[in-house]
Parts: sequence; structure tokens; C-alpha cells
Amino acid sequence: MSHYGSTKEPLIRIVKRDGLKSWIGWLIRAGAILAALLICALFVFTITKLNPLEVYESMTKGAFGTTRRMWITFQDTALLLCVALGLAPAFKMKFWNIGAEGQILVGGISTAACMIYLGDVLPLWLTIIIMVVASSLSGALWGLIPALFKSKWGTNETLFTLMMNYIAIQLTAFFVALWENPVGSNTVGVINLRTRGGWLPEIGSNRMVSPYVLPVLIVLGLTVFMFFYLRNSKQGYEISIVGDSENTARYAGMNVKKIVLRTMLLSGGICGLAGFINVAGVGHTISTNVAGGRGFTAIIVAWLAKFNSFVMIFVSLLLIFLEKGASQIASDYGLNNEASEIMKGIILFFVLGSEFFINYRVIFRKNKKEEEPNA
Amino acid sequence: MKKIFALLLVLCLATALFVGCAPADNETGTDNVGGDETATPAGKIKIGAILIGDENEGYTYAHIKGIQDAVKALGEDKVEVIWKYNVADNTDAAYPAAVDLVEQGCTYVFSNSYGHQSHMLRAAMEYPEVKFVAVTGDTAKKDNLPNFSNAFNATYQSRYVSGVVAGLKIKELVDGGKLTDKNLDANGNVKIGYVGAFPYAEVVSGYTAFYLGIKSVYDKVVMNVSYTNSWFDPIAEGAAAEAFIADGCVVISQHADSTGAPSAVEAKNKAGTTVFCVGYNIDMLAVAPTSALTSATNDWSVYYTYAIGQALKGEAIATNWAKGYSDDAVGITKLGTACAADTATKVAEVEAALKAGTTKVFDTTTFTAKEAAGVKVDENGKVTEYLADIDGDFTGETNVVKEGYIDESNAEEFRSAPYFALRIDGIIENSDEK
Repeated sequence: MSHYGSTKEPLIRIVKRDGLKSWIGWLIRAGAILAALLICALFVFTITKLNPLEVYESMTKGAFGTTRRMWITFQDTALLLCVALGLAPAFKMKFWNIGAEGQILVGGISTAACMIYLGDVLPLWLTIIIMVVASSLSGALWGLIPALFKSKWGTNETLFTLMMNYIAIQLTAFFVALWENPVGSNTVGVINLRTRGGWLPEIGSNRMVSPYVLPVLIVLGLTVFMFFYLRNSKQGYEISIVGDSENTARYAGMNVKKIVLRTMLLSGGICGLAGFINVAGVGHTISTNVAGGRGFTAIIVAWLAKFNSFVMIFVSLLLIFLEKGASQIASDYGLNNEASEIMKGIILFFVLGSEFFINYRVIFRKNKKEEEPNA
Repeated sequence: MKKIFALLLVLCLATALFVGCAPADNETGTDNVGGDETATPAGKIKIGAILIGDENEGYTYAHIKGIQDAVKALGEDKVEVIWKYNVADNTDAAYPAAVDLVEQGCTYVFSNSYGHQSHMLRAAMEYPEVKFVAVTGDTAKKDNLPNFSNAFNATYQSRYVSGVVAGLKIKELVDGGKLTDKNLDANGNVKIGYVGAFPYAEVVSGYTAFYLGIKSVYDKVVMNVSYTNSWFDPIAEGAAAEAFIADGCVVISQHADSTGAPSAVEAKNKAGTTVFCVGYNIDMLAVAPTSALTSATNDWSVYYTYAIGQALKGEAIATNWAKGYSDDAVGITKLGTACAADTATKVAEVEAALKAGTTKVFDTTTFTAKEAAGVKVDENGKVTEYLADIDGDFTGETNVVKEGYIDESNAEEFRSAPYFALRIDGIIENSDEK
């Protein structure tokens, strides 16, 4: 019998954790960020011989140093958060919507079209309503197409949504060429710079803050909506059931196809709205860079926050803080952007890595001495 | 869950507080922009630089060096520079960068890429107390704001001189019997290749000047131009150069920012092909020691010294500024060992003539063109009228032909950005090539 028992126990075993208290989870996450900051500090010191604390201080200044910077940080957080809010229902349903970039872009194109053709013709409130409708509809359409194909022919939505991005990018390039201003410059420039037709109104009279307020408020509203939609509404409940098990959903008499289509309409629509906020409220221009990778970064935000909209606020704030801080240290210390990208990478690696330790427990092989009494 | 909710509530309230604060901020915030932290000692000014790249990229490096040299010349205790690196020019990134610089107390803000222009203009409209200069931009004259300017160097002049260097080399090769039939077209013209970025006036003006520089030394030449549709694409630039070499081109020049083309030329030259290169912006001898002849360059310190100097004196910066050899704002880099004998003497001669204004690069007696929209020619093909785009809408409306020459980069009368986009005989654009 003894040689059966002598099957070698692996040095390290990984066991799924159950019922971990949520505060321990947050402790692990905080620990991961702390560890990441330590490694970053080590990196900064060995490479540049700068005092890491000063570098961190400069990062904080870059993100929150003045009222205006703080608002820019909030605005950029809102832009990222908005996309994450759009992705949350799709991902919660386990529908891998990698196509947010494209959905943002088509929303941006529709918005830019409204600004260019209607901005100086219609009153502002009407233009804004048309822009909101047009951008969310086009984003919704961009999300609906892959969902339709999936529910009809079982196509792979990960690839499909990804491919839709490339179509949207080319479409944007086409419209940039169509609308380029001045002609031949390959950029659209600031749309309606003199008339400000179709620009989202500024709130407050401090010109260093007023342009950033409305986008933040819109996204805050969306955040509250998404939180209750996913948690308290019947549709939100259906989404989580479909996400857990399609068969259960079917067994419970839910129309899975309908839920998938409806959710992707919502998901794409919100991403399209992100394009609207970006074009009408922030940049007032359209280019293939309008989405700027947010469509992918937002996936991290949605997952890390476990689709809780309020937690998403903090995750997007962390990512934007890193980004702002990064460009500030580039400016203050002549470190170029690559250095800050490395730091961002280290921090993300730790934060994402910590999820592993929250979900799994690592067990090392016990010493023989300990084992013997049990045997 | 409840905790998170409470946190959110706090956040909401905090946000509301900021919104409420916003107008109040205005009274203290805008007038002395930013308060204590940004206050500058008397007599010291802060300037901001918005740059599309960083010191690792030749074009931006030239600007960084220009600003640094200007500050050194004017007194480092008088000027503080705040840098913004890697600011994209196809998004609105230049606008928040500009406002951030204003907030930090900059009273003069410079941007170095064309695409920054309209976002700089927005900042200029919103912050009339600060001066904004979109270097390489072209709409300042039309926009007509007291605090918005453009500047450019008369780079076409240094391109012409780099053409002279190439022409001397070609003449040497022809005289020495070094060229084969492959290097000549059906009419016996020596073939040259030019890798351009975009078919804009800036590029057209540059390659035409280069071509005319060659022709001033050796007349029987034909030049092919292909576009990469990017300012910086080492692979595409290298591929374009290789295609030219395969076709038998003897000299390859470029108007794009990477070392792709010179590297390709160097490889072929080392393998025994008769081919040489003329670069742009930076000395190419580092990547092409045996094949580089020279590079056409800009010395941006001349402009920045002028502009920052005006700022220190509290005087206005010209809405349009464009200077060339007359102010030593352009030049060519060290001549390579491959250059023909006596090149230096000839270069000095041509440079002196350009400086004195006795040689005009676009002398209408030195080239011919075809009649086209906005272009009138006499019976010999000599250009008598050319409508250039001065107002920045990319359609020509202003005749820039003066007595016997086309007046490029006349900032006082027209604008600083190049507007010579005339297609002359002897240059073939491969517009269908990517």
C-alpha cells in the first residue's frame, strides 16, 4: 500500500478560494498596488537615480496639482469609465465585446457629422438631442451586427467585434479625408471653432474648468443608471443568469437570443455615446485616434471592478492617474514617455496579478516532519 | 456594498462642490493664472513648447536644440522653458497641453507640428493674454488674431544647396564614365529618386528646389518622386529608396523624417551599386558613412532667438516669419567623403549668392512647366503666372510670380509656410505608389 501513498505531492498546489471575505480581497489589492509602487520606485532609482518619492509627488501634481488638472483627470476618467460602463453588461453576459473601439468611433463619426452639417444650422439643444440619438444608434448598430450573427449563425463574437473595429477605423479615415479642414491637411481640425456649433455647453465661468464639467456629470449619471440597471432591474438579472449559464436561463424560460441582442444594443449604444462625449464635449474633432485604446483599457476596468459601476470609478481613476502622472514626470524629469509606460505596465501587472491570489490559494508542499504524524 | 455607496455619495458631493466652486475660482484663478506656484520673478518669462516627438526623433530634436540654443543666447536666467513631449497632432491633445502651459504661467506657447495648429488656435481664442505660435502652420494670416502666429524656415534654399552638392557628384560620375545605361532614361537623362512624405506644398517646394539645384550644375537629369504618406516610416522610406535604386537612380534624397532611405542606400552602395544619398534634418553620415553626401537642415535657434527675444523685450512677434540663408536659419550638414572635389568651394559660392539674393532658387528661366489650373506659361513653357494657396485652404488664389522668379516663403507679403506646389517638367510623381 505504501507506494500508492508515496505519489509525489507537487511542490506548489493551486486551490480555488471560496468565501473569501471581501475586505481581505481589497487588502490583497492594496498590497499589490503598494508592491507595484515599490518595484516602480526601485526601477526609477536604478535607472535615473532620482528620488522615487519626488517622482511620485510629481505624478500626483500632474494629475491633481491644480483645479484644472484635477478636472482634466476627472474628464479623462469619465471618458474611460463611460466605455467601461458600456462593456460591463456585455462582459457580465460573457459576450466578449472587444469592439468598443469601433463602437466609439462610429458614435464619434455620427456626432462629427451632426456638428458639421447641423451644428451651425439648428439650435444647440436640438443638435445635442440629434447627436445623442445618432451616436448611440450607430454605436448600438455596430454592437448589434456581431450579436445578430452570433445568435443566428453562432459566429465567434470576439473575432467579429474585433474585426468591426478595423472597419470603423477605415470608415473614420474615410470621413477624415472627406471632412479634412483645411483640405489636404489630413486632419479635421477643430470643428466649428469660431461658432462652437454643436459643442456641449460649458458649465461655470472659470474657463479653466468649465469645458470639463458636463462630460463628467453625464458619465456620473450613466454610472448610477448602470449600477441599478445591472443590480436591480429584471434585465440586469437576466444578463447575469445568461452570463452564468445559458442553459439555466433557457430552462428558466428566458429568451436568450433576445437578451443577447438587447444587451449588445445597450452596450454598443453606450460606447457610441462615449464617442459623442469625446467629439462634442472634449476634442471637437474626429480622427482615428478618438477611441485612443480606451475600448481595450475599459475591458480591464470592467473586469477588475467585477462590473460594479461604482468600483469602476476608482479603477478608471487609478489608470488615468497613472497616465497623467506619467506625462508629468516625462515633462519634469526629462524621462521620456517610455519610462512612464514601463511604470504603468508594472502597476497593471501587479493589480491584475493580485486577482489571481484573490481567486486562488497557493499551497506549498508541507515538510515531511509535519506530514508524518498525519500518515 | 453600503460602504461603496457611501463612498460614492461622498464623491458625488465633492464633485458638486467643485462645480459650485468653479465660478468662485475664476476671480482668483484667471488673472494671475495659477497663483503662487506659477509666479515668476520679475523680468523672467516662461515659455511652453508643445512637441510632436521627443529628443529621439530628428525633427523634434532640431526644435528642442533650437529652443535650448535660443535660451542660452538670450540668458538662461531670463527664460524658463516648460516642455510637453509626444503631443499627438491628429487628436485634440495640443489644446489641453497648451492650456496646461498657460496655467503653469507660460506667456508664450510654441507648437511644432502642423496638426497642432487648429487646437492652438482654439487656445489662442480662449486665452487672448497669451501668445501662441504654431510653427509650420499656415493659417495665422487668415485667422488674423493678435496673439496667434506662424513661422517656418525657407528650407527650400538649403534643399537647393544640397541639390548643388548632388549635381556636382553626378557631374563627376558622368565625367568619370561611372554611369551605365541603367542609370539613364531613354533621353540620356541621369535618374534621381526622391522619397517624399505627402504631396503638400512643403514637400513639392523642397524637391523642386533640390532638383533645380542639381540642374544648376548638371542639366540632363530626371527625377522620380514617390510618397510614403507618413512623416516617419523607416520601412516605407527604405522600400521606396530600394525601388529607386533597382530602377537605376544615382542619387536618392528625401523629405521624411527617418533614416530609412539613407540606410537602404548605404547597404546598396557597400554592395557595389553606384548610388548616393542626400538627407534631411540630421547628418546622415552616422548611418551612411560612405554614401551620404550631405543633408539639408534647419537651424531653428534663429527663429526661437528672434521670437523669445521679442517676448523679452515685450514686443510683438511677427504673424508670419520665414528666413533662410539671409539669416543663417537654414544650411547643409558636413559634406561626406563621397562628395566631388571642390564641392565646398562651390557650396560657399552658391550660399553667398542665395544670401545676397542674387541667385533665386525658383528662377523662371531655369525650368519649364505645363499650362494648368492657376498656372500660365509662355510659348517656351516659362511660367508667367502661378496662383499659390496663401490662405491655407489648399486652392491657389494669389499670384506669386515676381520679375523672373517665383517668390517662395515671403512671410511679409504672403505667408511663412511654403506655398510653391507647382509641378515642373523633368519631375515625375509616382502618385499611385503607396
